[in-house]
Amino acid sequence: MTVQATDDLAELEAGLDALETERTQKTSRVRVWWAATWPPLLFVGALIGFWQLVFNAHLQPSYRFPSPGQTLTSLRDEWDSGDLQKAVWNSVRRGGLGFLASLAIGTPLGLLVGRVKSVRRAVGPILSGLQSLPSVAWVPAAVLWFGTSDKTIYFVVLLGAVPSIANGMISGLDQVPPLFLRVGRVLGARGLASARHVLLPAALPGYVGGLRQGWAFSWRSLMAAELISRTPELGLGVGQLLDQSREASDIAGVIAGIFTILVIGIAIELCLFAPLERRVLRRRGLLAATV
Amino acid sequence: MMSVLQGERGASQVQVVTAGPAVSLRGVTKRFGTAPNVLEDVSLEVAEGEFLCILGASGCGKSTLLGLVADLDQPTSGSVEVRGGKPSLMFQEPALFPWLTARENVELALRLTGAGKKERRARACDLLALVRLKDAGDKRVHELSGGMRQRVAMARSLAQDSHVLLMDEPFAALDAITRDVLHEELVRIRESQKLTVLFVTHNVREAVRLGDRVVLLSSRPGRVVQQYAVDIGQPRRIESPEVSHLSVAITEDLRTEIRRHGGHS
Ligand SMILES: Nc1ncnc2c1ncn2[C@@H]1O[C@H](COP(=O)(O)OP(=O)(O)OP(=O)(O)O)[C@@H](O)[C@H]1O
Ligand SMILES: [Mg+2]
Repeated sequence: MTVQATDDLAELEAGLDALETERTQKTSRVRVWWAATWPPLLFVGALIGFWQLVFNAHLQPSYRFPSPGQTLTSLRDEWDSGDLQKAVWNSVRRGGLGFLASLAIGTPLGLLVGRVKSVRRAVGPILSGLQSLPSVAWVPAAVLWFGTSDKTIYFVVLLGAVPSIANGMISGLDQVPPLFLRVGRVLGARGLASARHVLLPAALPGYVGGLRQGWAFSWRSLMAAELISRTPELGLGVGQLLDQSREASDIAGVIAGIFTILVIGIAIELCLFAPLERRVLRRRGLLAATV
Repeated sequence: MMSVLQGERGASQVQVVTAGPAVSLRGVTKRFGTAPNVLEDVSLEVAEGEFLCILGASGCGKSTLLGLVADLDQPTSGSVEVRGGKPSLMFQEPALFPWLTARENVELALRLTGAGKKERRARACDLLALVRLKDAGDKRVHELSGGMRQRVAMARSLAQDSHVLLMDEPFAALDAITRDVLHEELVRIRESQKLTVLFVTHNVREAVRLGDRVVLLSSRPGRVVQQYAVDIGQPRRIESPEVSHLSVAITEDLRTEIRRHGGHS
């Protein structure tokens, strides 16, 4: 081939490449963040306004239906006494530790069940069954076994989160296109190298989905456990704080407690798991670049 | 029965030899389970440095054949020999890893051959330059056009440093203009790298455009029915009269072959 012909080909190719790849415009991070933030904020604002309106209509006495202001005051009182911070810290720490322990157990379990056929046949159905069993059902048993100690709480959290994480890993492994494994083999990846460079990265989206769900389950289980097993030895958690308010027939405190639980759940989801999942999906082009 | 057992043992059936043709298949038969034979008594030789095109209708067993040569699967009977190590294979489907960038895809292939970190980097850049994608190395797979993806896949195959390149309809999903450009690219690379290519396609003109020799495979079961030497010098053009002329003749044979199936049912 002559030099001239080769240059022509290079130019032709460069032209095609330019035509066929879309030019993506980078939108600023702040703008993306703002676009994702204002609609829910607006909605929450509207909800609170509606709540105030209902309160103003005096449909129920205020000891049964508190106003937004009363709820806020109750929250501030708990803050001033230091109970709120202590409870939030305790619960988040328990939830976080429980989640990490679930991660350490659920991941290898998922790998084992997902990759070994005989184990899968035996354990698979039970694992997916466990996922649909509300882990709060374990609380009475846990109390009888472990008394009212941290063990009870972690036991319940583990039973809530481990199946989710393991199942996430399994479904991630199931979604790995067989083509990728064949490609890996052609490239010379076998055994451990294949797992590390092909199987695990390919399974990551499903696994991250499982982590997200696993966190939701551990947080839910934790609250159930805290609500049911309230004793001084256990120390104060958000669930216990909520139950305290119930005992005192303090409806504003109860609503404040529910909000606290909700807000923590949302915050961790938004700050940790949503960005993680978005990142994994975006890198693979499974997500539109802009919102 | 004996050979089925051998196949199931999972041991590599592809023999690596050091003299003779680059790839040779002798009496290769392949069936899956109890289904009828997909390939039957296929004997083929690809000479060192040859560009051989295998032409066949959809579903005739072309991918199966390449899978046997690439040692992804074992023949039910017969033998497959590849000279000088493992061949590299470019798949029919887009098969780049989406969690890696273009360059990382190439680097992974180098890494799996045992190359060191520095060497990988440099080699990957060289290979991307060879397929003229020097500036696209940091792009993710989904940011590349179909043609660019196949060029990255080509770079990844070349990274394996084997002399035999197996290609399974690599350009089937591309538009005609891009395909034409990539044909030219492939011919250039094959010359500069002195590759032996076994190229599979159902596109008659593509086979004639690229191959030194074209082998026509029948369907159900897949057998070698005809061979054509392509005595047209490179550079060829797909729309040239010489290419068209031979394509017409081969298409006629292919149609006769396909018609045979309609007559029986
Ligand atoms: N793993 C498998 N198990 C069972 N049957 C298979 C398997 N792989 C291929 N086949 C069958 O073998 C036949 C040939 O398949 P193959 O993919 O080799 O055809 P092909 O010529 O590559 O077709 P195409 O042009 O569509 O790519 C098909 O009928 C297919 O159903
Ligand atoms: Mg095929």
